[in-house]
Amino acid sequence: MTTLHTENGDSSSRETGTLLVKTGLAEMLKGGVIMDVVNAEQAKIAEDAGAVAVMALERVPADIRRDGGVARMSDPELILKIKEEVTIPVMAKARIGHFAEAQVLQAIEVDYIDESEVLTPADQENHIDKWKFAVPFVCGATNLGEALRRISEGAAMIRSKGEAGTGDVVEAVRHLRSILKDIKMLTAADSAERFTTAKNLQAPIALVEEVARLGKLPVPLFCAGGIATPADASLVMQLGAEAVFVGSGIFKSGDPAKRARAIVEATAHFDDPGLILKVSRALGDPMSGIEAKEASMKLQERGW
Amino acid sequence: MVNIGVLGLQGDVAKHLEILSSLSVDVTVVKNKSDLASVSGLIIPGGESTTLSLLLDAQGLFVDLMGLLAGKDFPVFGTCAGMVLLANSLLDAKSGQKTLGAIDIVVRRNAFGAQISSFEEDLMIDAIGADPIHAVFIRAPYVVSVGNKVEVLGSVEQDGVKHPVICREGKIMVTSFHPELVRDSRLHELWLRECVG
Repeated sequence: MTTLHTENGDSSSRETGTLLVKTGLAEMLKGGVIMDVVNAEQAKIAEDAGAVAVMALERVPADIRRDGGVARMSDPELILKIKEEVTIPVMAKARIGHFAEAQVLQAIEVDYIDESEVLTPADQENHIDKWKFAVPFVCGATNLGEALRRISEGAAMIRSKGEAGTGDVVEAVRHLRSILKDIKMLTAADSAERFTTAKNLQAPIALVEEVARLGKLPVPLFCAGGIATPADASLVMQLGAEAVFVGSGIFKSGDPAKRARAIVEATAHFDDPGLILKVSRALGDPMSGIEAKEASMKLQERGW
Repeated sequence: MVNIGVLGLQGDVAKHLEILSSLSVDVTVVKNKSDLASVSGLIIPGGESTTLSLLLDAQGLFVDLMGLLAGKDFPVFGTCAGMVLLANSLLDAKSGQKTLGAIDIVVRRNAFGAQISSFEEDLMIDAIGADPIHAVFIRAPYVVSVGNKVEVLGSVEQDGVKHPVICREGKIMVTSFHPELVRDSRLHELWLRECVG
């Protein structure tokens, strides 16, 4: 594990960039909504609506889908402007395997780096060695094996991938259920079966043993990809997500401020149908979206 | 037996629940007015203070808490975002961000900087014994100044200056860091013993 000592040497026992410090921020985001924003104005709307963090990017996934082309890390100038605008954590995306983009994001001190399938991958075989960074990483996963491979590379938070930019929650549900079902099965497996599970999942045995013991991932599990309504947020939280990412679902809707706030309240009170009802009324048009199975570009298939 | 509430709107609620269950305390997760009315003390966990503030307001809990705190007889323990919410006033706040004003301290939000500067460090706190507590600071606030009734229980040094990171005034106790993340129950026990009684 990479640990860095502070330059001013305030204390001999002080350590930054540890796994505890990295997962610690994810713990603080639990029960919250992380919102994609493309400029400082949207960041302000998100913060005012109660977002626990914003994801700074140049185009939301729905626009990346529409426009095509290579999707890269955002212009650092944009990220800096968003950092100046809000007091909540600011995250940003690097391409899969593009450790140089991640180094830039660390240099501008974003609070979390998302090594994201929404951007065009930069390496067809390798993800970033995230242990080399002091800034924590979140990575997407469609199943338990993928989640554990990312954790073994140093990810401090996992988000189920879903199919970003569609406004269709079906893939988010599929991935979340898949991860949680495999965790449940692991808790019932005996020691011989755990070796086989590690082999089948292509995941390190030590992490497989840890998941079997804990009955959950060793890092927080959030949900992303297709959440567009308060009821969507409630659904994935009830299934077992610990917080939600909302990408295109807010700023591609008719009344972003109102919808953002409604999703924040629905996430906090996910098990209270009366409240979901109240915040869902007269929200204006949701993003129109596309059915995930009709999407020509499957972002979830990026990452290995 | 007393019933302790943990504000359950957002943040590391589960970590506080784990500590309280290890202490065999009756616990209620507080998400609305009737939950709050049923408890005799409250823990405000770590989380995003701006989010917590909005969610408190949406449930009418901000006003209810102000009412409970006005009597100076309602015990509250706040960690990190909880410290921010309980403070009299803030530096580096979101514009218009309000606080409960339950403890006479001025608090700087995100005082140590962005997440890359978050850290863990052993801290000596005489009030809980000779063993240091392993303190985890996550985009943490610190206390800039304290009123004359506030007791400072512990500090950290930053850029050559000592900043209070645990304070107590009457039944209110606040920390910049997260004892709940390292399952060290001594500060919870101190608060239960001396503030809840």
